[in-house]
Amino acid sequence: MTFFPRYLKLGGPGRRRLWLLVAIAAASWLGLAAIPLKASEDGNLFNKVAEHKLANGLKVLLLREPRAPIITLQVWYRVGSRNEALGKTGLSHLTEHLMFKGTAKYGPKYFSQEVQKVGGTDNAFTSRNYTAYFETGPKDQLRHWLEMEADRMRGINVDEKTFETEKKVVIEERRLRTEDDPVSFMQEAAVAATFEAHPYQWPIIGWLHDIESISLDDYRAYYHRYYLPNNCTLVVVGDIDPKEALAQIDATFGKLPAGPEPPKVTAKEPKHYGPRRVEVHREAQFPSLLMNYHVPNWESPEAYPLELLARILSSGRSSRLYHNLVYQQKLALEAGADYSFDTTDPFIFMLAGQPMPGKTVAQLEAALEAEIKRLQTDLVGEKELQKAKNQVAASFYMALDSIFYRGMLLGRTATVARWTLLKEFVPKIQQVTREQIREVAKKYLVANNRTVGVLVPIKSAKAPAGRFKMGQEIR
Amino acid sequence: MAGVIVMEKKLLKRFTWVVMGVLLWSAAALAAPESQVLGTRQKLSNDLVWLFSPQTDLPLVTLELLIKAGTLEDPPEKAGLANLTASLLRNGTKSRSSATIAEELDFIGARLSVTGGDDFATVSLTVLKKDLGPALDLLQDILMTPTFPAAEVLRKVNQFKAALASAEDDPKTVASRAFIKDLYGPFPYNHPVMGTPQGLAAITRQDLMKFHRKYYRPNNAVLSVVGDLTPDEAQQWVTKTFGAWAAAPLPATKLPAIPPLNRRQEVVIDKDISQANIILGNLGITRNNPDFYAFQVMNYLLGGGGFVSRLMDDIRVNRGLAYSVYSSFSPGLEPGPFIVALETKNASAGEAITQVVEQLRRMMTQPVTPEELKDAKSYLIGSFPRKMDSISKRAGLLGYVEVYGLGLDYPWRYPELIQHLTPADIQKVAEKYLQPEKYLLIVVGKKSAMTSLPGALPGQKKEEKKDEEKPTHN
Repeated sequence: MTFFPRYLKLGGPGRRRLWLLVAIAAASWLGLAAIPLKASEDGNLFNKVAEHKLANGLKVLLLREPRAPIITLQVWYRVGSRNEALGKTGLSHLTEHLMFKGTAKYGPKYFSQEVQKVGGTDNAFTSRNYTAYFETGPKDQLRHWLEMEADRMRGINVDEKTFETEKKVVIEERRLRTEDDPVSFMQEAAVAATFEAHPYQWPIIGWLHDIESISLDDYRAYYHRYYLPNNCTLVVVGDIDPKEALAQIDATFGKLPAGPEPPKVTAKEPKHYGPRRVEVHREAQFPSLLMNYHVPNWESPEAYPLELLARILSSGRSSRLYHNLVYQQKLALEAGADYSFDTTDPFIFMLAGQPMPGKTVAQLEAALEAEIKRLQTDLVGEKELQKAKNQVAASFYMALDSIFYRGMLLGRTATVARWTLLKEFVPKIQQVTREQIREVAKKYLVANNRTVGVLVPIKSAKAPAGRFKMGQEIR
Repeated sequence: MAGVIVMEKKLLKRFTWVVMGVLLWSAAALAAPESQVLGTRQKLSNDLVWLFSPQTDLPLVTLELLIKAGTLEDPPEKAGLANLTASLLRNGTKSRSSATIAEELDFIGARLSVTGGDDFATVSLTVLKKDLGPALDLLQDILMTPTFPAAEVLRKVNQFKAALASAEDDPKTVASRAFIKDLYGPFPYNHPVMGTPQGLAAITRQDLMKFHRKYYRPNNAVLSVVGDLTPDEAQQWVTKTFGAWAAAPLPATKLPAIPPLNRRQEVVIDKDISQANIILGNLGITRNNPDFYAFQVMNYLLGGGGFVSRLMDDIRVNRGLAYSVYSSFSPGLEPGPFIVALETKNASAGEAITQVVEQLRRMMTQPVTPEELKDAKSYLIGSFPRKMDSISKRAGLLGYVEVYGLGLDYPWRYPELIQHLTPADIQKVAEKYLQPEKYLLIVVGKKSAMTSLPGALPGQKKEEKKDEEKPTHN
């Protein structure tokens, strides 16, 4: 899961602006390196994870890390925009917002107040595949936070007025993220054209009119269908006694009854038989390009060469796209590639970029295609492959520097796949060969499997082409 | 915190300092009493101050070098020189080409960033311990013997010009650029760290070499080292890498005065978008201002404290007007801006601004409640462990503490600095620094969809009209 480069704003929205954090956390997919870890005798930090399942189906993952007197508690629900339906898009994210509106036991502003007054931080984020809530802060708060989280899993109280006010907030969020950002707007349109049968087609935040028309009853039905112990993974990382933590989890979450198993998403994207192209004509400074290819996810052995392929193309300034397109040819202001390794259903491999002023989308597109062609024809260099593997190992340790990210890796992987992937990832990466990389490039990065999105700038009278100044100013 | 990410680098940078560097530690949460300092402080014979904290959980080492070579040193006609110098360090040295540097760093999976800032250029490097040797060899090279090849300069300038232009699609950036330009007048905080197209165009290779020679000196820098090293190992690596760096006398910087805001100033930038992007504020304080701690608490309660802040509660939670609304002050070596920023649909711009001004007034005219104050203090004090729970955060904190002379025991003194503050102290800083009548207001949005913006007093309307005759911004 090398995730989206900075300029690809497809990350999941959160209640606050956490999506940036999510994008950073996910900037590279991190597994286990071959170098032994001091912190763990057997060289694998995730071997220390304790896994449990409560009688009501709640999955629990605990990881002790005593270096600071803090913990992160994370509650991961297996529900995201992929569980929604046309006309009701955005329900998962709206539900995430409403989870802060209080229960019979705790008032609407209680959560943030309680967490912040001990110096902690709390927030939430939504993606296509999951919705997660967390508190991070002093370790003595675990019991209290567990009580609060258990309470709101089943007990959120939202009246009509609160509901309508929060919809307004989400609409402002959508304006901010997408409506007023031409590149995001194009990317949204391109992803929508990439999927015709699978719910990955719509944006996480939902279409504007859907958000406006979702009803309180829609929300209530959705909340009760998915916010169940048997649809949830609870993660605690930090300075804990795992035994005691489990007892506290049992005493709080253990009391909640299991619910009916939520409906499965059965949609599957059919094979495409031709290239697709979407254009967005909007006021913008420069054009922008996105190329999406359907690819398998973590369930396939091909996921590992795809992961390395993304790094070879776009990890660091010596990567192919930066070195060739940005640096040598001065063709792009930015160019990158990304692969979604850890999604519940297969998602996309993407290439994207923004041409330098004076260069065209057609030139950038041709250059990206030439890079693909080279990957399909020639084997990548031995040293080049080793570099990509080294980058995976180094970034693993760097991400583990934060207990929050450790929790996030566990929770996310457990929710979309299985958390034991964290133990297999780097060894499997190390086994990838140059031939396998060429094979996946040949098999998946082909025209018939591609959807291209282009932002075509139109200039208003107020914004002459190429000028630094954007808008007319009045007083 | 909310709002940071879409901000112009200028405002973002300073805000990051506030959030990352300043929210500190709880005495109660501290583990061992013997560790009542953040780390050790030493000086090389060339006057480079270096700080060290061993952290052995992961096989990683982080170095952060702060060089007082930020935007403050930008010559007026060469806005962007400081940042461009920093950005080009990794684009060629006497012994390595730009591509070689990139290849060497990527091969060991090292993370190197060299960035400009308002007050400091920051070089930070994170690397696996086993690769420290080659990484430090490279760091020494780019720091001390960069060559600023002409082709690299041209390439970078063109990239920056394109990036500056591209950012004009982000209305928040447009607003923050206009804000700092009008707030600071001739003072060098008046432009984005990246510079201006005109400033970048005026910079020559000679300027870069001269700037580097002048400011990139050990006696103008602070180094923090954190990670999996013993004190002896740290000493050896630091001496080996930085010992040969030659000190030199530093030029004194003459800074122009920041013009005072004598009245309410309003600038509306028309753009065909669905939201009004609003920044409202005035000049804030320096980090060394003794009012810093009271200001910090006041700002937390007003709009810095996320969902417990008054602005978020009123404008988002109760009225549903915005997704993001916050206040920030960004104290640096010089006074940073105090701002309130939010985005709301064009039609609500007036209502939102009225509410913001109302909250400023309330903070000035009524003391905060004892409960509010108690919770704010316990947040600021109790959030400290999270501010140093990773090696990179700890390195950042070490540098911060050194630059502002706070002492390595600062985290343990911080609770006292906050604890004694009273509601009257908070009200006093609000009265002293908030300006609900004399503020600068920037609105980027669709003018025709906005109702008239409030805030102008009847007596000020004339002045506002006069403004129309002033030259436009660009």
